[in-house]
This record gives sequence, C-alpha cells and structure tokens, in this order.
Amino acid sequence: MKPLIAVIATIATIVACLAGAARAAPPSPPEQCDLPQSLIDGEIDLTRVMNDFKANHRLYVTVVGSGSSGLSGPDGAHLAYPARLQDVLQQRMAGADIKVTAHVQSKETTAAMVSAMDKILVSDKPSLVIWQAGTVDALDGVDPEDFRASLDAGIEKIQAAGADVILMNMQFSPHTESMLDVSAYADIMRVVAEQHGALLFDRFAIMHYWNDTGAFDLYTATKKYDMARRVHDCIGWALASQIISTAHFDAARMQTTQ
Amino acid sequence: MPVKVVSLKQILAKPSPTAASLAPGAPERDLRLDLFRGVALWLIFLDHIPQNVVNWFTIRNYGFSDATEIFIFISGYTAAFVYGRAMRERGIIIASARVLRRAWQIYVAHIFLFTIFMAEIAYVAATFDNPLYAEEMNILDFLKQPDVTIFQALILKFKPVNMDVLPLYIVLLLLFPPMLWLLLRQPAFALAGSALLYVLAWNFNWNLPAYPNGVWFFNPFAWQLLFVFGAWCALGGAQRLAGVLRSRVVLAIAIVYLVFAFVITLTWYVEPLGRLVPVWLSDWMYPIDKTNLDVLRFAHFLALAAVTVRFVPRDWPALGSPFLQPAICCGQHSLEIFCEGVFLAFAGQFIISEWSGGPLVQIAISLIGILIMVATANLISWYKRMEGRGSATRIKPPEADLAGGDA
Repeated sequence: MKPLIAVIATIATIVACLAGAARAAPPSPPEQCDLPQSLIDGEIDLTRVMNDFKANHRLYVTVVGSGSSGLSGPDGAHLAYPARLQDVLQQRMAGADIKVTAHVQSKETTAAMVSAMDKILVSDKPSLVIWQAGTVDALDGVDPEDFRASLDAGIEKIQAAGADVILMNMQFSPHTESMLDVSAYADIMRVVAEQHGALLFDRFAIMHYWNDTGAFDLYTATKKYDMARRVHDCIGWALASQIISTAHFDAARMQTTQ
Repeated sequence: MPVKVVSLKQILAKPSPTAASLAPGAPERDLRLDLFRGVALWLIFLDHIPQNVVNWFTIRNYGFSDATEIFIFISGYTAAFVYGRAMRERGIIIASARVLRRAWQIYVAHIFLFTIFMAEIAYVAATFDNPLYAEEMNILDFLKQPDVTIFQALILKFKPVNMDVLPLYIVLLLLFPPMLWLLLRQPAFALAGSALLYVLAWNFNWNLPAYPNGVWFFNPFAWQLLFVFGAWCALGGAQRLAGVLRSRVVLAIAIVYLVFAFVITLTWYVEPLGRLVPVWLSDWMYPIDKTNLDVLRFAHFLALAAVTVRFVPRDWPALGSPFLQPAICCGQHSLEIFCEGVFLAFAGQFIISEWSGGPLVQIAISLIGILIMVATANLISWYKRMEGRGSATRIKPPEADLAGGDA
C-alpha cells in the first residue's frame, strides 16, 4: 500500500503545484490583443485612484459613453468592453473590491453626458471615470469649440468629485472615414486631456494598430458579433493594463504581499 | 512722349513683377503661381485619402499650414489679376458679372461632386455592415431623408467630408466684386478692412451655419483674409513688400519660425517629444484652429511664402523644365483638377476600403491619381489650344493666357 500512497501523494502534490502555479501566474490577454507599451502607457499617475485604493481597498470605475461603448444583441452588455474591463481587473487584482458601472446611451452627445454627470457621480462614487466621447459629436457636426467646452466642464466636475479621468476617443472605422471626419474632435480630446491632467485612452490609434498588424481586419463586412466581441475584449484588456500601470497597482500589490 | 515709349519698351523687354502684373500691355504669366497651385492640388488630393502612407510627404506634417492656404492665396492672387484687369478695362459691371459666372461654375462643379459622393455613400450603406460600427454607421442616416439632405446640400449648408473648399471659394467670389473695386482704389484700406473682418469674426464667432449642426469647416469670414491678401499682392502689394522680402532679417525670422513650427509638429507624432513643450507655450498656442485660419497658420504660410519667393525667383530656369511641366499644367486648370482630385480621392479611398489597403496599393493609388490629374490637365490644355487655333482671327479674352484660365 505504501507505494500507492506515495504515488497518490506525489500526483496530488503535482496537481496542487500546477493549480497553484496556474493561480499565481497573472492571466494574460489573447495574443490578438497585443499592443506596444507606448499605446497603453500614460504620462500621468492616477493619484485619486491610488489614494482611494490605499484607504478603502476598492476600485470603483464608472464608464460614461455612447453607442460604441456597448454592443447590441442579447448578451451585448456582458461582451462590451466595460464588462470585460471588470472581469480582467478582478482577475488581475484578486481580492480587491472592484466595480465597473457603465452608463451607455447611444446617440448621446458630450454636452448631454455632462448634464447627466452629476447624478452619475453621486450614485456611483467612482474613483475613476472612463469617459468615451466624440463620435456622436462628429456625427452631429457639433461645433468643435462647444465640444471642447463640454469636455472641460465634464472633467472639472469629475475631478471636483474626487475621481480621475480617462478620456477615450473614437473607434478607428476605416469604412466610414471618408464620410465622417473625427480628427478635429480627436485632436481636441488629446489637448483637453493634457490640459486637465487626465489620461487619454487612444482607442483610435489602438484599433488602427490592430488593423495595420492584421490582428483584426476592420474592413470586414459582417452581420456576426464575433469580431466586435473580440475587439471589445481586447479593449477591456488594454484599459485594464493602462489602469494598472498608471495607478501602480502592480507595485501596490507587491507591497501588500510582502 | 518718346520717353514714355522707351520706358514701356524697357518694361516689355525686362518685365519686373511690377510691370508684369500691372502694365496692361506687358503681361507675363508668373509660372510660379501655376507651379505651386498645381503642387497644392496634388497635396490636397493626397491628404483627402485618409489611409495613405504617401501623406507623410505632404506639408501639413511639417508645419502649421497646409495646401489649403497655398490654394486660397494663389486663387485670390489670380482672381485679382484676371478680374482686376477686366474691371479696369471694361468696368465694374462686366467684371462683376464674370466673377459671378465663375462662382456659378464652381457651384455646379460642387453639386456634381456631391452627386458622386451620394452614390458612394449609398453603395456603402447597402453593402457594409458590422455590429462593431453600429454607431458610426449612423452617418448614413441622412440617406433616409433625401428631401432635407439634398436641399441642404443645394444651399451649401450640408457639406460632406472633404467638400468644404469649393463652398468657401464660392462665398469668397460672391464677396469679391466690391472688394476688388476697393482694392483697385484704396488697396491699403481694402486690406485693412479684410483684416478687420477677420478680427471681428474671431471676436464675435462669426461663421456660416452648417447642416445638421455647427458651422462651416472653413470659416469664410476668416479665410477671406488670405484670399484678399493674395489679391492685394497681385495688384501691386507684392512690389510694396519687395523691400521687406529682400531683408535678411525677415528671411531669418521666417526660417526660425518654420523650424519652430516643424519642431512643434514633430511633437504631435513623436509622443515623448510632446513632454518637452512647456505648458505655458501649449496653453498659449493650442488650439491651432483650421476653421478660423489661426494666426499661427497664417504666419506659417507667410513665412513659407517669404522663403519660397526668395529662393524661387520669377525667372527661375527650372520653371521651363519638363519635370515641372506636369505640376504647372495642373495649376493652370485648377477648378477642373481640384474637382477631379476630390473625385479621385473618393475613388481611391473606395478601392482601399472595398478591395485592399496595403501600403503598396496606397502608393499606387497616389501615383496613378496624380498621373490622371496630369493627363487631364494636358487634355484640357490641348482642347484650349485647339479652340484657340480655330478662332485665331478673334481676339481672345485676356484671362485665358494671363492666369491659365482659372481664377
């Protein structure tokens, strides 16, 4: 019997080790999502996020955005990037209190989002707001100066409420590019983010990169959700990476484990 | 009287810019205008294809201003050259009538382009679908109400992407007859008035309304400054500036500013460099507004022009070389070639998105596009020569040879 027990014990140990190793290794994104670090890194630290996390051990993220922050279809809310972000953050920061709340209204202009912002900030109490804007304004031809003023006002509200801001710009959409010029609005977002000490999540450049490298063929015409789902998954991963690196969560976690 | 004849002969023999642009009997076409307008037309074509590696060579990536400034300035210059002469020789009514006829031709060309654009959009709407882009596809919504859209396009309020230059040009020409009248009598006063309108437009946010929202992408009240400045230069302003342009100090300032603009532009593309721009500078500098012809853009164009005039003299031998002929020829038929450029950009973009978008295809599309533009320009020249020969006995209207037919 002894050898059998030994074998079982050995197998059990190996299985336990493997399981442990699997748990210890950080989850990694699908290869398709690969991005150069320069597209993820930010110049600015998310200090409000860091402080809130240190004090309360929580990370409450609010996503405010228009149609391109969601997916239609029965499972859309689960497959869109806000839900993916929540999953990835939970995997990568096991044990922390993480909540991602999405306020997605299709066809909502930036000005309309600003009007709704106070209520959202009071109810969610986020330490981070990811604000996706610009597409609807470009579609409606909103005066770029009004767009800039709305962004200014919204960021001031969010920062006054004690949260950091990540501005997310438009999707790279090659098919509509000859009809819809988003560049003026994208430029404004870059400048406004810099002026207010907000981060920019350059979704346009990121999707452009995926298209250039062939990770996604964004020219594809399809009625299926397959590609849309995978793009949102990758955006969730990229966002999580940006948050973790600019809030220095890797370092923070190492400190607590030590 | 003999003294006068001699001096006129001298002028004829050795045309200075003064003589060439003003002396009625001694017009010599300034090929530099045609050359740079032709090049500007090529650049506008390239810039209108969003996904194009060749875009890296266009001047907007190396400074604040771009081909639009060149195009509008030269258009103002040639318009004043052609219609100023007409106004002096045949009176204000005839000259104004001709300006308005030109505006009408441009309007028709614009509507023609709009039709092509609608055809492309309708095709994309019928064939392209992807849930990822549900939001962006809303741009096609205007197809659902053609009654409104087409009407708004006819009154120039609805302008699809890249179709903003011709409406600007139409408005500039509509305002041009009184401005030209003033320029011929009180050039300094006219230029000051134009600058005042520019300042007022900035101060009071004057612009024309667009459909469905917002304002014109090229604010005519701001961009008129460049057009009028071009016209002012054509009507003797260039000589008045000649002394300034010869000064080494001015040249040095212009070069320093061009280098500054180049470095700043570099920071837009090389992220780490952006950190080196001091906050006070970026606060003061940004946004560099294209809609309202930002002062920094205008200054950049002036610097570019000052340096160009310095190093490319009017009698530059290369202007006669066959290598520059394609650009010069395109510049001589600017309306046709501009419209063709917009169309070719649509078509090129369409090929890239429907078929294949690799860098090689982009380069091929860019080169073929420019070749088609050159071929068309030469074809138009050929037609004009043929028609000119046929009516050799008739006295030709002066503008065809003076300014390449197009203002």
